[in-house]
Amino acid sequence: MLQIIADGLIIGSVISLGAIGLSLTLSIVRFSNFSHGELLAWGAYLALVGTTAFTASHESLASPIGPFSFGWGLVISLVVASALTALLALLLDAILFKRLRKQGAITLVIASFGAALVLRNLLLFWQGGVPKYYSQNLQIAIAFLPRRTYGGLRFTPDQLLVLALTLATVTALHLFLRYSVLGRSMRATAINPALAQVTGIDPERVLRATWLIAGALAALAGVFAGVTVQLRPTMGVELLLPLFAAVVLGGIGSLWGAVLGGFIVGLAESASVVLLGAEYRTAAAFIVLIAILLLRPNGLFGEKP
Amino acid sequence: MTTLLLGWLSYGTFFLVFATVFAIITLGLNLQWGFTGLFNVGVAGFVAVGAYTSALLTTPKGPAWPVAAGLVAAILVAGLVGLFIGAIVLRLRRDYLAITTFGVAVTIQTIANNATPLTGGPFGVQFIPKPMQSWLGTGLSWTLAYLALSLALLVIVYLALEKLVASPWGRVLRAIREDEITASSIGKRVFLFRLQSFVIGAMLMGLGGALYAHFVGFIAPEDFLPILTFQPWAMLIVGGAGNNRGVIAGAFLVWAFWTVSGGLLRAWIPQAEQARAAALQVVLIGILIVAMLVLRPLRRSRI
Repeated sequence: MLQIIADGLIIGSVISLGAIGLSLTLSIVRFSNFSHGELLAWGAYLALVGTTAFTASHESLASPIGPFSFGWGLVISLVVASALTALLALLLDAILFKRLRKQGAITLVIASFGAALVLRNLLLFWQGGVPKYYSQNLQIAIAFLPRRTYGGLRFTPDQLLVLALTLATVTALHLFLRYSVLGRSMRATAINPALAQVTGIDPERVLRATWLIAGALAALAGVFAGVTVQLRPTMGVELLLPLFAAVVLGGIGSLWGAVLGGFIVGLAESASVVLLGAEYRTAAAFIVLIAILLLRPNGLFGEKP
Repeated sequence: MTTLLLGWLSYGTFFLVFATVFAIITLGLNLQWGFTGLFNVGVAGFVAVGAYTSALLTTPKGPAWPVAAGLVAAILVAGLVGLFIGAIVLRLRRDYLAITTFGVAVTIQTIANNATPLTGGPFGVQFIPKPMQSWLGTGLSWTLAYLALSLALLVIVYLALEKLVASPWGRVLRAIREDEITASSIGKRVFLFRLQSFVIGAMLMGLGGALYAHFVGFIAPEDFLPILTFQPWAMLIVGGAGNNRGVIAGAFLVWAFWTVSGGLLRAWIPQAEQARAAALQVVLIGILIVAMLVLRPLRRSRI
């Protein structure tokens, strides 16, 4: 019983980080980016390529850090992969979305759907379809509560780290959006782009910052998914529906809404594993989506009526 | 010589049947997007609903209905799914429809893959009856007859749609597409018109799915991947949104591009690398469409 909540929090961390980026692009660039999931997958695979390269050249980088399953190689690769994925998001904007922005949101959605197919199949072409892992080391879960207390509560050290890093990242982003000049320009552009421009905010700069942040967070989410589950070229498209469900649930443009939405969808998924079976986990996100559209279409923290 | 000729003829017939089925699906999408401005990212889901409905109702293992009844059921069930989704989403902001229809496709795929007692799981449905086969056999004459049947259905669908969009009903649809507020201010119930258009489009997708199932005789979840949503969109963009004749031409052109590029890749790339070649083919059509969007803009539409 308690373990459902624990698993939900871990899946929820990945969904939250992905959903924040998706929500930011939805509220600032103003379209539903169907290629966002592919940024998660590319981030995860870029980190894998990095780790493999680092550990091949420096054996010491492969040895696990403390209780975790991975070595410093993955930590360095995570940073590099985040930077590269942020650039990939920016590149997609420069060669595709920017040119189509005048044609309206729906053209952008079709273009992002096409971009997703291209990115996913390039990844499949490059890395093959077989699932991969960052590390072959097995981890022993730490029991926080014994089995007799509502079925017990166990986390692996990796999972705890993922949870902690997610909360730290979200807090940092909250401070950035709240207090920094760029963060405030981003919020202003989300609320009223015309008025923001009149006050001297450079819209292109805001858009660039949005893509960079969305890409970096997507890579982080992708690596976390790789650490706690596995890497597959289809991981991005499989996560896309939960990401959208989390964004709609939290309310478009709300940072904490996306985080809360991510955790709720994560909990719904882990509960559905028990109730319906693991194979119907994706249906859980759909049920959450339909429920929120029926009950509260603007999401928990949505502003516009 | 005759065998070679027959081979080409049979290949050509197969090609034409698939292109015709795609044309019917894309006409459905054109009613939704081209004439009403409704954005459906889950075409594959509606096609799958039609294919599975007709297949499951007509197989000897199931109720073994006649194929014609299966086709009607496919149209109705796909329409019901459209009605359910449309009733929830069509009043809300426009990109919610895109997100939800995407969710439909993912969920249908999940059900097809996992509800093994009903759908056969990853192995799909086999021995789907092929109509008229008892008196035409399995050879070229049957394929030609099936082509005639699908072409006849395409013509019926085309003529009906042309009549519909030229009618007062179609004029309201276009009015809504161009300016929703004006349409509603002259007393048109925008939501109902949208819902009707969405449901009819979904029905045509269901019909396309059923025609596909009875032609191939076998369906599996992997026949309904997101690429099946993208192909009709490609056909619509190439043919020109809001133009039924153009969309039919687009279906045949894009399907030709798809078939030829697939054939070339298979011929050039060694057997062991065929799976990767298939991935490359999707990359190619993706780039083609995205490039077309940049070079040949879609009709402008307001969000």
